[in-house]
Amino acid sequence: MPNAFRTLIMGVFALAVVAGCKSQPEEPPPAPEPAPQVAEPVAPPPPPPPREDAEGNPLDTSGNPIGRTFYFEFDQARLSERDLRVLAMHADYLRDFRNRSVVIEGHCDERGTREYNLALGERRAKAVERYLTSAGVRGAQVSTVSYGEERPDDAGSSESAWSKNRRAVLIYR
Amino acid sequence: MKRLKRHSHSLYCPRAQAKRLSPAAALLACLMAAAQATWALEIVISEGWESPSRIAVVPFGGPPLREQAGPVAPIDIAEIVSFDLARSGQFDSLSSDRMLSYPTTSEEVLFRDWRILDMDYVVIGRAWPEANGDATVLYTLFDVNTERQIGASRWSVPTSQLRDVAHLISDQVYEIVTGIRGAFSTKLLYVLAQNPGTDSASFRLLVADSDGERERVVFQSREPILSPSWSPDARRVAYVSFETGRSTIIVQNLDTGARSTVAEYPGINGAPMFSPDGTRLAMSLSRDGNAEIYVKEVADGELRRITRQPSAIDTEPVWGADGNSLIYTSDRGGRPQIYRQDLATSFVERLTFEGDYNARARLLPDGRHLVYVHRKGGVYHIAWQDLERDTVRILTQTALDESPSLAPNGTMMIYATQQGGRGILAVVSIDGRVKYILPSAAGDVREPAWSPFIDALPVASG
Repeated sequence: MPNAFRTLIMGVFALAVVAGCKSQPEEPPPAPEPAPQVAEPVAPPPPPPPREDAEGNPLDTSGNPIGRTFYFEFDQARLSERDLRVLAMHADYLRDFRNRSVVIEGHCDERGTREYNLALGERRAKAVERYLTSAGVRGAQVSTVSYGEERPDDAGSSESAWSKNRRAVLIYR
Repeated sequence: MKRLKRHSHSLYCPRAQAKRLSPAAALLACLMAAAQATWALEIVISEGWESPSRIAVVPFGGPPLREQAGPVAPIDIAEIVSFDLARSGQFDSLSSDRMLSYPTTSEEVLFRDWRILDMDYVVIGRAWPEANGDATVLYTLFDVNTERQIGASRWSVPTSQLRDVAHLISDQVYEIVTGIRGAFSTKLLYVLAQNPGTDSASFRLLVADSDGERERVVFQSREPILSPSWSPDARRVAYVSFETGRSTIIVQNLDTGARSTVAEYPGINGAPMFSPDGTRLAMSLSRDGNAEIYVKEVADGELRRITRQPSAIDTEPVWGADGNSLIYTSDRGGRPQIYRQDLATSFVERLTFEGDYNARARLLPDGRHLVYVHRKGGVYHIAWQDLERDTVRILTQTALDESPSLAPNGTMMIYATQQGGRGILAVVSIDGRVKYILPSAAGDVREPAWSPFIDALPVASG
């Protein structure tokens, strides 16, 4: 009961805020006046939300980190629909900040031969690179490196370890 | 089934050696010898032939000889020979404490003693120091049934080469009895990885004798090392190193330690393999967009592209015996399979059809058989294939088996597998009857490469 009551209060408050915000543009525009006015100092526009965290990794428009690791099926280099949506945010960021660059690491699980996995890791990294450049990121901003199966995230030999190791990782510079 | 542990051998001092030392001194000498071998491989023979040749290698006569100055155990040539022959699976070596007599000259050999023990062959020998600091070693091989001498040799060498002489005796005995050239005087190249995937990762490229002794570091890095392979003269090795943060191909001289970078193109630089004449290196590069096979001249660096499959992975090249063709892995058909391409005509044929994952082939010295990584029911084994009859046989029963490499006489194959979550090396005879493993106490061992026959060995003097 008290919770419901509080929710109600907050709802009313939120409504008031929304109403307050909304009401302003609806006021009739004042009669055109010559420019010099500003009797009282207006607060400067709020700074744009930060686009990077302390480590220089990009944040989305709400200030949340954008996922930088993408997982793959066994012996595959296909990106999922969800991966593409996340990569689109990286592409937005990299188009906005042409001075930033990113290294895409490709990795595999331990199954299969090491050299084949080196090439498969590269195929995964290139799949990510291809998406970013097709979304308008400059080629000079993106590079790839494959570590094959040499740098596992989880050193175990289980399905769950393998699924963590089949990945591409974006490392911002 | 027979079990032979290398370490129990080195810790158990055979009688001939213990006789000359007080028990405490003998134990101390043995412990010091064991402590020296920091990364030593432990060889465990799990299976052998059903009816191997029975051989007695009698402890050699002469004063104790050490390979180097200092507090090291004297070398036991007979024990090295005995262990070599036992490891082949084709011999059952008699333990020295079960012998009835210890002849060191032909006159002292009483064949009745060896017939009672049901021996087929007896090896005796002597070793002694010369005035110039070298040592002379001689051995004689007898056939117990005919009571005839069927082999003998003599060497004068620096004491640092006594171990080489021991393996040469093994090679000769093996060849006289089986008719096949022995491959005990060979080396193994492999990678020891510690804590891979962590900040304290460490990788060592190691070389050791075929019995795991005299292990030494060729190259050490905090970054991965993979795909080591030998030059045909066994003086140089090629491998992939990530020391710069990216894959590069390095060729290193084993005598001088000198290293040269032979490929650091954009993208992957992988799978280096010397041509049979040592003048060219086949490799996989992705400089033109994706992994393709190339051949690079060692002398002038000229690069020739061999495959053109822009959407396929082409890697793991290995040379045909004549140097005129390459066998490699490609997924141009959707899945990794093994192909052979003629270098003059560019004619390509697919060699593997069983299963949906066949990769990293190695050709047997006869040029007519392949071993490669084969997936069956989700499990990775090493398969053997007769290229003329197209028959395929699974050689290994463990899981996650990879990196097969062949002894130069084609009788044995070494490969990497896992045991208890650790990477170990294992050896299996090509007929599948003999198996032994080479675990390392120090970490994951992987990527073994068996050397070719080594020419720079002590020459017999009589």
